[in-house]
Amino acid sequence: MSRRRTSGPFDLDRWRPAPFLPERDTRDSALVFVVAVLCFLACLTALGVIASDRAARGWSHQLSGEMTVIVRPKANETPDSAAARAAETLAGVPGVAEARALEREKAEALIAPWLGEAADLADLPVPRLVAVLLDREAPASAQSLERALLARGLDAVVDDHTTWLADIQRGAAIARWVGLGVFLLISAAAAAVVAFATRAGLAARREVVELLHLTGAEDAFIARLFQVRFAQMAAGAGLVGAACAAVLGAAMRLGGGGQGLTPVLPVAWSDLLAVLPCPLAAALVAAVAARMTAASLIRELS
Amino acid sequence: MSRNPNAAETADAWDAVVRFDDVSMRYGREPETLKDLSFSLPQGSFHFVTGPSGAGKTSLLKLIYLAAQPSKGLLHLFGQDVAQTPAEVRPFLRRRIGVVFQEFRLLDHLSAFDNAAVPLRIAGRKPDSYRQDVAELLTWVGLKDRMHALPPTLAGGEKQRLAIARAVVGRPDILLADEPTGNVDHEMGLRILRLFLELNRLGTTVLIATHDQDLVARSGMPVLHLEDGRLAHMGPVAAGARP
Repeated sequence: MSRRRTSGPFDLDRWRPAPFLPERDTRDSALVFVVAVLCFLACLTALGVIASDRAARGWSHQLSGEMTVIVRPKANETPDSAAARAAETLAGVPGVAEARALEREKAEALIAPWLGEAADLADLPVPRLVAVLLDREAPASAQSLERALLARGLDAVVDDHTTWLADIQRGAAIARWVGLGVFLLISAAAAAVVAFATRAGLAARREVVELLHLTGAEDAFIARLFQVRFAQMAAGAGLVGAACAAVLGAAMRLGGGGQGLTPVLPVAWSDLLAVLPCPLAAALVAAVAARMTAASLIRELS
Repeated sequence: MSRNPNAAETADAWDAVVRFDDVSMRYGREPETLKDLSFSLPQGSFHFVTGPSGAGKTSLLKLIYLAAQPSKGLLHLFGQDVAQTPAEVRPFLRRRIGVVFQEFRLLDHLSAFDNAAVPLRIAGRKPDSYRQDVAELLTWVGLKDRMHALPPTLAGGEKQRLAIARAVVGRPDILLADEPTGNVDHEMGLRILRLFLELNRLGTTVLIATHDQDLVARSGMPVLHLEDGRLAHMGPVAAGARP
């Protein structure tokens, strides 16, 4: 209904032309809510994709900078001395920043989960491990480590974590594509909702469309009315959805801590900037959907 | 009064602002509502469309204001074949036609003033340029004190006068009116007729669908009389004929 003031005959508001489209009704409020929820989910998905990508990159980076060498002692030496000799050898290989023989207890702790509590590890020939930290600038290859160990007569296997690295990268890629798919699906759902709402809005305001049409309004003019209306509505809803997602992202960043979500989904403050384009994107999707729907309905009138 | 009440019969059909050549019209798969109509209306002519209910009066007007298309025949508006007119040109043809709809078609969320100004806003006029014209017109049709009222608060007669004001505010080349005096008293009916005649005197082609015998008789203008979708008579009111 009219918002005009009714004071005095010279009240400029009374003479300002009212918009051709009626004020919002309850259907529009429902639409704002649905689009806001969809935008919230889309932003949350975007934040999740960014965070999981960062986590995967972190794990890959960590794994690709390290290698593990399993040393099997020969008959004439103890496991500890074989491991110490391997660490000394590896430390001298170009591209190795640090090589450190792990104590027996650490090696036993690593294999304990596979053997169970009952196993007496003291009776088993537990191989010694050497943790190798590579030079980030010019890392040594697994082959060069193997050659150096062989040259010193050491029986050892070099694990360059290739299997784990490939798994992590594959997992990260899947997470990225799934996230992108969900994001696109939510965007498409938002567009469909806006298109549906536009069609319903046009049907509810058919008398306006028909009158404007018969009075000589061009199709683009009528379509633009709906385009602007729904773009504004979607931008507002997008803003609300994005703000809610940003608040949740900030809460994850602040409250995640070392034991919470942060290690799995390490949200950075800069990630929150990802929600900024949401209102604009929502407005754009709504504008395109509204224009196409309105244009198609107006063509039916013609 | 019209400069030439019987212009339709004497003018060169090719100079007509409206020309029907063997035009028929149907809604969907229904039987034809209008059948084989051929006539022309020269610029500045004034006609009533008469006939019993269901004869096709409203459908005839719909064809002219481009709300419907002929199922057969040729319809020319302002010298253009409507069927061949590009879609982007049609709005500009519609702007040259003022229509008083039988059901008024007022926009309930706009004030009487804004309703009357719709054609001017669509034509791109700024509020400052039309404010006085619209106010004067609304005063003339007796809505001076109702300019800021919303249509749901207007009486039937007030709505009708507002619909008429909206139809004539842009000084259209053709004015079409569907039962324009159906909801007003005798006095207001005569005032409306005078407005139409004045517009006609200024060059507007006027076509009014009506059941109002008195209005037709008082004007002395020719009629297009429809019977069962066919043009039964065109010219001065035939003696004894009932509109």
